[in-house]
Amino acid sequence: MEPEKKKIIQLQNIIKRFYIGKPNELQILNGISLDVYKGEFVSIVGASGSGKSTLMNVIGLLDRPTEGKYIINDIDIDDASDEDLSYIRNQEIGFVFQTYNLVPKTNALKNVELPLLYGHVPAKERRRKAEELLELVGMGDRMKHMPEELSGGQKQRVAIARSLANDPSIVLADEPTGALDSHTGRVVMDLFHKLHERGTTILLITHSPELAEETQRIITIQDGYITGEREGKAVRNAD
Amino acid sequence: MLIKENIRMAITSLRANLSRTLLTMLGIIIGIASVIAIMTVGNSLTLSISSELQSAGANNITVYLNYKDDVDEDTEDENENGIVFGKIASKRGVTDSDLINDEMISALVAKYPDEVAAISMNESIGSTTYEKGRRSIGIELYDASMGYFMANEIEILAGMNFNQDAITNGTNVCLIEAPYADQFYDGDYRRAIGEELTLDVNGRTIILTIIGVYKPKQSQMMMIANGSSSTANCLIPVKTKENLFQSSGHYYFDIITTVGTNPDDFANKAADFFNAYYRSSDTFVVETFSMASMVSMMETSMSAITTAITIIAGIALLVGGIGVMNIMLVSITERTREIGTRKALGATNGSIRLQFITESMIMCLIGGAIGVVLGLGMGSAGAKAMGYPAAPSITSIIGSLLFSLAIGVFFGYYPANKAAKMNPIDALRYE
Repeated sequence: MEPEKKKIIQLQNIIKRFYIGKPNELQILNGISLDVYKGEFVSIVGASGSGKSTLMNVIGLLDRPTEGKYIINDIDIDDASDEDLSYIRNQEIGFVFQTYNLVPKTNALKNVELPLLYGHVPAKERRRKAEELLELVGMGDRMKHMPEELSGGQKQRVAIARSLANDPSIVLADEPTGALDSHTGRVVMDLFHKLHERGTTILLITHSPELAEETQRIITIQDGYITGEREGKAVRNAD
Repeated sequence: MLIKENIRMAITSLRANLSRTLLTMLGIIIGIASVIAIMTVGNSLTLSISSELQSAGANNITVYLNYKDDVDEDTEDENENGIVFGKIASKRGVTDSDLINDEMISALVAKYPDEVAAISMNESIGSTTYEKGRRSIGIELYDASMGYFMANEIEILAGMNFNQDAITNGTNVCLIEAPYADQFYDGDYRRAIGEELTLDVNGRTIILTIIGVYKPKQSQMMMIANGSSSTANCLIPVKTKENLFQSSGHYYFDIITTVGTNPDDFANKAADFFNAYYRSSDTFVVETFSMASMVSMMETSMSAITTAITIIAGIALLVGGIGVMNIMLVSITERTREIGTRKALGATNGSIRLQFITESMIMCLIGGAIGVVLGLGMGSAGAKAMGYPAAPSITSIIGSLLFSLAIGVFFGYYPANKAAKMNPIDALRYE
C-alpha cells in the first residue's frame, strides 16, 4: 500500500461485549484492528455468527465499541456524543442494506434527499443532488416512483444513490445482493465497481466468497477475530 | 426547513392511513365540537340577555320599600322584582306616611347632583278590564315621571307625549299602548287620540283623555311570558295619580345614574340615604339593587354553567387525546424499520421526536379545526332554535385550536420519545 494513501477507517484493538444477564457476558469482537484507505474496495467475509454484523454496526457508528479506538476520517468517536454520532453518520457513512430499507410512501427522489435533509442542505440543492445521483445509478426515469412500485434491484439502486447523498467517506454495504436474483445482483455489483472507479471507498460485507473475490482486499473474520487478509482480483467476475 | 419537511412527512403518513387517522381524530372532533357548540350557545345567550337587561337600563338603580322582617328571610328573593313588589303591593299596614316621599327624593337629588341623572317613576296603580261594544282589553294603569321617559325609549306612534302642564298640574290625560288601538280601532292609532277612557281602578271611576299611542316596549322574554298581547299598559303622570287617588309617596322608583357613576356603589349610598329616614321604623326598610349587579349576576351564573359543561367536554377531549397517543404508539411500532433507517441516515433523536410530535399535532389540529366547524354549526343552530342570534366566541375558537395543538404535543410526546429512543440496530432489523 502506498504510504500517501489516507486512512479513512482506523480500528485499533476493538472489543465488543454484550451483557446478557448478570453473570454472562458475550464477547463478539475480540480485538479487531483494521485500516481502510481512501478509494479502497474492501470486503469482509465470514459465516453467520462470526461477528461481521457487529463489526459493521461499530464501523457504521450504530454501536459503540466496549474497548478500543476507532477513528473515522480523523474523527475519534470516543469524544463524540450521541448527537455527534448522528451527525458523523450522516456526513461520513453511506449505508446499503440487504433489505434496501427505503422509507415507505416516499418516492425515490425524497428517499435520496433524506440524508441531505438531515444534513440541513437547502431544498433546491437537495433536489439537484438527488436527481444527479439517481441518474448516476440509472434510476433517472423513475424518480417519482414509490418504493412499492419498484423491483428489488431498482430499490437497491435507489438505496445506493441515497448512500452517496452526502459524499460520505465510506459506503457500508451489508449483503447488498443478498435479496436479489443473480442477474440483478450482478447489476448491483457492477454499480459498485463503477462507484469504485469514481473513487468511492466501499466496504462490502458478504458471506459470498465469489463476490469478495471481486474486491481489492478480502478480510476474513471468524469468532470475532480477523483470521485472514489477502488481496482480491479487484475486477468483476465474468458471468 | 426541517419544520416544513416534518409537516409534509406528517401529512403523507396521516394520509397513508386515512380511515385510521379519521377515526382517531373523531375523539378530538367530538370534544372540540361540543366545547365550541356549548360556548357558542352560552355566549349567544349571555350576550342577548345582558343586552336586553342593558337596554332595560344598565345605569338604573331600583329603590323600593320592604318589610324589615323580610330582609333576612331569603336574600335571593329580594332581587326578584315581582315577589318583593307583590308583597308591598298587598299593602299590609302601609299608609301614605310610610312611603318614600318626594321630599326624601328631592333631598337625595340635592345631595348627589353629580350621580343622579333622573328619577324614573313607573309604579303600578291597578288593573281593570275595559269594554266597548263586544270587544274588551285588559288595562294596566301605571304612573310615569319625566325621568321614566328619559330612561326608557318610548316611541309615540300617534298623538303626543305629556306636556309640562300635564306633568306639573296632573291633568287627566294618558298614553295608551298600541294593542288598545289594535283592538278597538283596527290599528288606526290616530282615531284613538282624543278618546275618553272610563276606567274602574281600585274602587274609583276615573276618566282619562288619550293624548298618545305608544309602541309596546316588551322584551323577547316578556313576550314569551305573556303569551298574548290582550292587555295594554296605560301611563298617566305621577301628579295625575296623586290627584285622582288622593295618594302620595312611592313604593318603588328607579334612580338613573349619570354616566361614570358606578351603579353598584351608588345603590349602597342610596340605600343608606333613605334608611336614615326609616331608622326609627320597626316595620320598613329601603332596599336597592342596580341593574348592573343583575347583569353581572346573570353573567356570572351563565359563565359558571358554561365552564362546568366545558370541563365535561374537556374530559371528552382527554379521552380523544388518549386515543391519539394509542394510535401513535401503534404507528411507531409499525414504522420501527423506518425509524431505524432514518437514524442510520443521520436523524438525531431530536429530529425523530419532532417528526412524530409534528404528526400528532397535525392530527389533533385538523381534528380540532373540523370540530370547530361542526361546533359552530351546531351551536349556531342551537342558539337560533332558542330564538337568539348566534354569537360564536372568537376566544373559544382560538383557544380550542391551541388546546388541540397542546393535546397533540402532550399525548404525542410519549410515543415520539419512545421512537426517538429506539436502538437503531434493533430497529433496522425489525420485521
